[in-house]
Amino acid sequence: MGNASSMLTQYDIEEVQQHCNHAFSQQEIVSLYERFCQLDRNNGGFISAEEFLSVPEFAVNPLSQRLLRMVDGLNFKEFVAFLSAFSPHATLHQKIEFIFKVYDSDGNGKVTFTDMLDVLRDLTGTFISEKQREVGLYFQVLTDVLDEAGYTKDSLMILSDFVKILGNSGLKIEVEVPVD
Amino acid sequence: MRSPGQLKSSSSELDLDGPNIEDYLPSGSSIQEPLGKLRLRDLLDISPTLTEAAGAIVDDSFTRCFKSNQPEPWNWNIYLFPLWCFGVVFRYFILFPLRVIVLTIGWIIFLSSFIPVHSLLKGHDKLRKKLEVFVANHTSMIDFIILEQMTAFAVIMQKHPGWVGLLQSTILESVGCIWFNRSEAKDREIVARKLRDHVQGTDNNPLLIFPEGTCVNNHYTVMFKKGAFELGCTVCPVAIKYNKIFVDAFWNSRKQSFTMHLLQLMTSWAVVCDVWYLEPQTLRPGETAIEFAERVRDIISVRAGLKKVPWDGYLKYSRPSPKHRERKQQSFAESVLRRLDEK
Repeated sequence: MGNASSMLTQYDIEEVQQHCNHAFSQQEIVSLYERFCQLDRNNGGFISAEEFLSVPEFAVNPLSQRLLRMVDGLNFKEFVAFLSAFSPHATLHQKIEFIFKVYDSDGNGKVTFTDMLDVLRDLTGTFISEKQREVGLYFQVLTDVLDEAGYTKDSLMILSDFVKILGNSGLKIEVEVPVD
Repeated sequence: MRSPGQLKSSSSELDLDGPNIEDYLPSGSSIQEPLGKLRLRDLLDISPTLTEAAGAIVDDSFTRCFKSNQPEPWNWNIYLFPLWCFGVVFRYFILFPLRVIVLTIGWIIFLSSFIPVHSLLKGHDKLRKKLEVFVANHTSMIDFIILEQMTAFAVIMQKHPGWVGLLQSTILESVGCIWFNRSEAKDREIVARKLRDHVQGTDNNPLLIFPEGTCVNNHYTVMFKKGAFELGCTVCPVAIKYNKIFVDAFWNSRKQSFTMHLLQLMTSWAVVCDVWYLEPQTLRPGETAIEFAERVRDIISVRAGLKKVPWDGYLKYSRPSPKHRERKQQSFAESVLRRLDEK
């Protein structure tokens, strides 16, 4: 593999930077491109789910399957846009929007009780067929906290609901792109 | 130190009963101890887990171990470029043919004495009577050749296809080498037994084991497999550090075949490396095989200036065991349930 930035022209870098709303600096974009090429082992122009799962640190993450659905098959420009929510320059709204998209697995702009329960199950490792008592427990926990916040089991949450709930919580989602 | 009980030895699961990986992984931002009762925003806030996942996408300590770092190009100006061209001509048309000739003559001499001798005799020199094995960090198959200068070793290695495999089954077998196959399910037990038999046999060559199980790029060490450390004998650590001044000796098996790698080495100026033979170690009382393996890995890494990562080298070939994800999930579940009691 040769020097990666020689395959990425200055025009490309600027185009990607534009696409992600300047969430990353030009050096960071070059670094991300090196990383993209490193993960895209068969040089298909996108990183497949298999290639993502070959990173053990990613594969052991409880939300890996949900994130894979969002990131599988993206080209480099879209890959950077996906990661832009994690830039220190991203706004709180962008971060909340990212979290909303993780919950909203069918992409219809609404998060249901089932979506929230599914994420909770992913994080805690409880599944329908096992640990029946714990599944019932999380169901109850979720119903209770929703109730306390003024929602019901049948509420369909939209982005503005998420903004209201998570708005002033000091959300911290940031990764640092290593620049040589 | 937690040792999680028995091994899972199916071919799809990896045996990761090593030191607790969570001690090494970044978990600074995960689940801060909460105050007060559980609210909706606490349940919806998945940012710590997301940050870890994105962090892994952007950079991770495992992939770093197998990255070949390109050297800075130095032949870019008008004075250095012709010098480099001269160097290329010299290396490819003088050094390389010379080396090939020496190699060919060496092979002719070797084979003309090996084939008759091998079929007549079967014994080896009784060099070692002590029960000891040698362990070293692994960068390329030529590690074996470099260490052969000390004494004839019986090495344990992956069975390869092609001309290397032929070499393995004929010549290397005669010095007592042992094969393993990563992809075979019951392989681990078979190999453990072979190792034990070899060590106990008195007229066998000393055993050389590369506990990492795979080639690493000589800047990091991955976790040592405990097989070599539970044979009940003294372990002599050997540290190998290559100097990349002329060529990078890391065999990136995902990027090039061994033949290409060998050609690359033979057309370079020289392979430069430092080898340290370190003080023999034995199992301390109350120490488990895994702790012993980690202690020896620490000794080797410090001597050769390598950084340690908590990953199993076999993750190059298969997925991590669900055990790790389950541990994370369990700690999250516990923190949620704990907060339920606070009213």
